[in-house]
Amino acid sequence: MSKAVVIEQQRYTCAIGALQSVVAIPRAVPILHAGPGCGEMIAGFFERSAGYAGGSTAPCTNFSEKEVVFGGINRLRQIIGNTYKVLDTDLQVVLTGCTAAIVGDDVDSLVAEFAAEGKPIVTVATAGFNATNFEAHSLVVKAIIDQYVRRFEAENKPRSSKNTVNLLASIPYQDPFWKGNLTEYKRLLAGLGLKANVLFGPESGGVREWQSIPKANFNILVSPWYGKPIADHLKNRYGQDYTWFRHIPIGANATGAFLDQVLEFALQQGAEIDEQKARAFIQHEVAAYYEEIENLATFLLEFRYGLPNHAHILHDAGYVLALTKFLLHEVGIVPKEQFITDGTPEEFQEAIRADLKRTSNKREIPLFFEPDAGKAQALLRGIRHKGRGLIIGAGWDRELAREKGYDFLSAALPSPYRLVMTTNYAGFSGGLRVIEDIYHMVLSTYA
Amino acid sequence: MTKINLALPAAAIREIRINSITGYQGDAEELVKAGGCDLKDKERSFSQCMGCTTSKAACMTILIQDAAVISHGPVGCASCLHEFSFTYRVNAPLRGVKKPTPRRIFSTNLQEKEAIYGGGLKLAQAIREVQNRTNAKVIFVLTTCASGIIGDDVESVCTEAEEELGIPVVPIFCEGFRSKVWTTGFDAAYHAIARKLIPKPQQRRKDLINVINFWGSDVFSQWFAPFGAKPNYITPYATLDNLKQAGEAVATVQACSTLGSYLGAVLEQDFGVPEIPAAPPYGIAQTDRWFRALGQILGQESVAEKLIAEKKKEFLPKIEALRRKLAGKTAYVTAGAAHGHALLAVLGELGVTPCGAAIFHHDPVYDSGRPENDQLAQRVADYGNVPNYNVCNKQEFELVNALNRLRPDVLLARHGGMTLWGAKLGIPALLVGDEHYAMGYEGLVNYGERLVEVMENDEFVKDLAKHAVMPYTKWWLAQPPSYFLRGGTGQ
Repeated sequence: MSKAVVIEQQRYTCAIGALQSVVAIPRAVPILHAGPGCGEMIAGFFERSAGYAGGSTAPCTNFSEKEVVFGGINRLRQIIGNTYKVLDTDLQVVLTGCTAAIVGDDVDSLVAEFAAEGKPIVTVATAGFNATNFEAHSLVVKAIIDQYVRRFEAENKPRSSKNTVNLLASIPYQDPFWKGNLTEYKRLLAGLGLKANVLFGPESGGVREWQSIPKANFNILVSPWYGKPIADHLKNRYGQDYTWFRHIPIGANATGAFLDQVLEFALQQGAEIDEQKARAFIQHEVAAYYEEIENLATFLLEFRYGLPNHAHILHDAGYVLALTKFLLHEVGIVPKEQFITDGTPEEFQEAIRADLKRTSNKREIPLFFEPDAGKAQALLRGIRHKGRGLIIGAGWDRELAREKGYDFLSAALPSPYRLVMTTNYAGFSGGLRVIEDIYHMVLSTYA
Repeated sequence: MTKINLALPAAAIREIRINSITGYQGDAEELVKAGGCDLKDKERSFSQCMGCTTSKAACMTILIQDAAVISHGPVGCASCLHEFSFTYRVNAPLRGVKKPTPRRIFSTNLQEKEAIYGGGLKLAQAIREVQNRTNAKVIFVLTTCASGIIGDDVESVCTEAEEELGIPVVPIFCEGFRSKVWTTGFDAAYHAIARKLIPKPQQRRKDLINVINFWGSDVFSQWFAPFGAKPNYITPYATLDNLKQAGEAVATVQACSTLGSYLGAVLEQDFGVPEIPAAPPYGIAQTDRWFRALGQILGQESVAEKLIAEKKKEFLPKIEALRRKLAGKTAYVTAGAAHGHALLAVLGELGVTPCGAAIFHHDPVYDSGRPENDQLAQRVADYGNVPNYNVCNKQEFELVNALNRLRPDVLLARHGGMTLWGAKLGIPALLVGDEHYAMGYEGLVNYGERLVEVMENDEFVKDLAKHAVMPYTKWWLAQPPSYFLRGGTGQ
């Protein structure tokens, strides 16, 4: 929880923003028991994020004065009942907002009634003043596991599928590259001989895949902090151990390390993997990657008209760590002051600092945890290093880059100046894409 | 009898003030006839995400050049406001703002602790911090559902901050749950602006006409010039000083009566600035009336007649040519109330048959109380009835149902997210963001040309329709659109 007195230029939203995690599950629908504006606020934050039944399609009780005074449970009963008539969906997730929480509606009992009739419905408390969407993503996933996946446990014995894993990585929509990233993780893990449940997006198997969560042999957590409660929960519930890679793997060093770590862990966990084949796959990926880097090196080293030599990143902890390491070692751009804007809880900050420190033993990279991005910008406004600067951040940072005369790459939310569909930044190919994006933008300044 | 009282902190909501409704299914003529007395709102037993008063109040304040805006609530309640910073930058050239600065938007990031013990203290700290950081000339504080229900005394906190900081700190009471008509958020913002920022006029400036609008292009400078006047645009792109002048203007016009109903009436009743007795100039008949009303209020009737004659000479032949191209076409309109009526008038003028409309709410009478300002009544009188007229606050399920049934040649929309449903059904869809685009005689040409273009270039929507996925059940699409409306078959 953030202690900031104000947040300017927010880079995340409140708990109910985790409705996007529901939208990311094929044919699932979020049902909001909330004020009339919550859906609009979330749709406006993420933009281009309606999916199958989110955005203006999502049912909502639209709390009015009447529900505030008398409670909204009857209204919710009506809306849920009619959702089944109007929308064709496989999973319904009721998310409650501030109004429902303050009024104290007993949503659990109501939803239990529908569940007792066999409806695939779950509920999760997502009052905006209780958590951020980074945190509430875990609440949503846990709710689906405890209230829905639970019903299929008899036919999905825990850890019964040796080579299957659950992947807990990108937060849908909050990570602008989530769709591409999940697809790439799935491909990479398949290269090792593992079948990954990615749970969200078109490469997931929808609710059938969710039902099979218990069968996975072990889990993979790719995140500095968010999503960890899910991994812990699955460990408790199904005895699935997890291997924890603490940031998004971008480029060859990190992706190689990630795959090595997963491979070791898989072997320990008794996965039936052809190790030689898996190692050959990694080698092939690395070789293909460096073929590109070698081709590019001359340009990076010789382009005489000016390229950025240092960078500032304003992003969530996973991207700040990943891009800092990647830019320094694999692109040759020196990371300077970095800003983590995701409201990282204090308990994780030290480990993240330590991880960043491992980026280099010959330089100090100042790191700020600052959910108040307006304040982060104020700090950055006062910083100047020699050479051409690059800022990687949200749309807000374009304005700052313009003011400072820096290059700018849009890679975080909110993102009014860039469209992302299936692009991935994770993996070997993700690293190459970051390089393409940076230099495409740099070269276009010479046009 | 007025229901405007600037002595009170909050504006009364539209449902109470002017009997606005959000549920109706019938035709336009019947709705107009029902007027303010016979009209009863109808509830729905199914509903989808609506819209929020707080974001409507936000857009009328964030775009004020030298303002900072604080949303007093959880961080989620300011989630979509970044879009107004984008709007401000993108449309700045249309309004002569050379260096659009990033908008200053803050959230007090209300947490559980404050939800229990109150957030007043945090708000006071936030106002200080914002003033230090921005040096804004005015700070607006928007309330939210959470801060409203926990009962923070936002009025007192703002008054104290104002005394301490020496700049206006303006509370706007716009909790989402208060009204089903989200345009109440505009009223809330205007109420606060009029109450706190506009001084009683010391003079009457004959060269200044208030234009209440969004962020559309500057068409009014050119229109007012023959009258020796210029527009005072309020509130987007205004400075605090521009707002202060509003009480001195000679008249007020509106780009959209839904938007400016309240402020127009406030300026007339409390500051003596008359609102011109005519709905905005959409369609030839209404444009004639509008210029005449303007001429009359300015005492320059002959200027108005000359202007009308010149413009008609220039544009009528082009409009006639467009009518020939558009003959036999049908359209469906979905938009906020008055702008929807305006688009229906434009269609009427261009000879396109409206086969239905989904309009977000209905104000049976505007705050001025003048029947001349009722754009839907004018539309019906000028061009005839509109069938399948549905009042629904962005209830997409009803829109999809109606579109699927009526299959118009084109869908006209004003708010985001709605055009998709035209496209999914293979119906070309047009959203014009600039609300001034279709205004006046020249606007009919602008809009008519876009209509022709969008219907001609339908390859994309035809292709999309082949692959589109429909989350709505077959059962629902077979029911009447009013099924879940009180009195409908599903009740």
